[in-house]
Amino acid sequence: MGMTMTQKILAAHAGLESVSAGQLIEADLDMVLANDITGPVAIHEVAKLNKKTVFDKDKIALVPDHFTPNKDIKSAEHCKCVREYAKEHDITNYFEVGEMGIEHALLPEKGLIVAGETCIGADSHTCTYGALGAFSTGVGSTDMGAGMITGKAWFKVPSAIKFVLTGKPNKWVSGKDIILHIIGMIGVDGALYRSMEFTGDGIQYLSMDDRFSISNMAIEAGAKNGIFPVDEKTIAYMEEHSVKKYTVYEADEDAEYDETITIDLSKLEPTVAFPHLPENTKTVSEAGEVKIDQVVIGSCTNGRIEDLRCAAKVLEGRHIAKGIRCIIFPATQSIYLQAIEEGLIQTFIKAGAVVSTPTCGPCLGGHMGILAAGERAVSTTNRNFVGRMGHIDSEVYLASPAVAAASAVTGKISEPAELGL
Amino acid sequence: MKACGTVHKYGDNVDTDVIIPARYLNSSDGNELAKYCMEDIDKEFATRVKKGDIMVANKNFGCGSSREHAPLAIKCAGISCVIAETFARIFYRNAINIGLPIIECPEAAKEINAGDTVSIDFDSGVITDETTGKSYQGQAFPPFMQKIIKAEGLMNYINENNQ
Repeated sequence: MGMTMTQKILAAHAGLESVSAGQLIEADLDMVLANDITGPVAIHEVAKLNKKTVFDKDKIALVPDHFTPNKDIKSAEHCKCVREYAKEHDITNYFEVGEMGIEHALLPEKGLIVAGETCIGADSHTCTYGALGAFSTGVGSTDMGAGMITGKAWFKVPSAIKFVLTGKPNKWVSGKDIILHIIGMIGVDGALYRSMEFTGDGIQYLSMDDRFSISNMAIEAGAKNGIFPVDEKTIAYMEEHSVKKYTVYEADEDAEYDETITIDLSKLEPTVAFPHLPENTKTVSEAGEVKIDQVVIGSCTNGRIEDLRCAAKVLEGRHIAKGIRCIIFPATQSIYLQAIEEGLIQTFIKAGAVVSTPTCGPCLGGHMGILAAGERAVSTTNRNFVGRMGHIDSEVYLASPAVAAASAVTGKISEPAELGL
Repeated sequence: MKACGTVHKYGDNVDTDVIIPARYLNSSDGNELAKYCMEDIDKEFATRVKKGDIMVANKNFGCGSSREHAPLAIKCAGISCVIAETFARIFYRNAINIGLPIIECPEAAKEINAGDTVSIDFDSGVITDETTGKSYQGQAFPPFMQKIIKAEGLMNYINENNQ
């Protein structure tokens, strides 16, 4: 029986000819990641191990991005713990404030992950790197700590759902709309324990930034990973960003899938997920009159250059509605600089938005944009759980950068078409 | 290994943000986190819970973030076992790795009521609702995971295997 793309990568890293769904394996890791929230817990856990040295100082990434720049004293202590560990173990890929970015935008940008590799990260959105044709998945701190010392992790080989994406998406329909549509269709546990494997002729129309957004939110359908085949765009991206050698794996023609779901991208519309689950999706045209207080554009889901360009296109020559707060977070320093050079930041500030240094802050209700009771935000982030961005009586509506920017202009959930775009 | 206690019951998709909100993640001390466990969906939980109590929920328990603080908060609050229809996969791994017993059993998750007294035999996977007298067969852990649990967590398991 054939293997899925994910199964082939796992087999190669477990030193096995083949694997099948349900099999327990131990796989070698090419990258092990933690941040300022999960890192200290991992560091505390590895202190229990007899072996103290890390498996490979070049294959570990420590990125303080969640509560940074340090939001309070306790957060500062956590960052200090990660910083000191990185120094003590001479970790190559430790990124200080000033050079860091949101981890899942930063690692691909720095070329630390390429096609065919395996990666675990103590952050659920580690599944983002599936966009590059790598196997990457989120784990907890103990798994991460064990991986940092042993260079290995155990996995139950997942079965998969195949998503055949066909057709060309319409203007203003982005990767975010596609993944929200999918989660709305299969539910927040629709891919529980399984891989989401994307394929089909529609992929050629998706930029790398679209694909990062899609793989990023695989976890919101409960998936272990969300993976794309490697094509010319992937190769161009890797050649621009990385010096690492990549390996292209393709699913076998006779690979077995639990189910196959075909989606015609040309039929999709800008989509928004209503509170309090990412599966509560509606098209913007069905959303009705939903007045808002805040807009957040950024995060590991949608803080990349294309996301900012898209928001700038909507905000160019327009102004944020009176009384609305629009907060924009470029995901990395390099994206921030590029946005300055392209004049996007100027557009944002002229439109009445604020622009922040890279941080995960508001996405998880950490800092830099917390909601009060009764407030509503349209956000390009990935979760709209109860209390996610602040008070338990606040609401988060998930959407693309285009929809978020249009909503900032009108003060209610809107799509760019409503502005004549 | 056995557990027995009073049931705290929840619904579908209990996410890690309600198990332990991110505003408390500037601490990683389990006893500190336990004070705020579940507060966004069940304000009284932390004061009501007694050592040995059992949590029962429906599908996709622990979805969302990878924060290990979530199973840690539940464990340190005194919960001896979580029974659910299904668990989100990262939560599942984390619970095993930190030594919080969890068990999948859709029938038990559906039928057991809040306030019931429930006992669980981890060796057999049998769950008994002492209040109604009904027993359920939960899914036992595969042998590999049993080894991790027997070693009381992943770190000890690694130490034992590297000797």
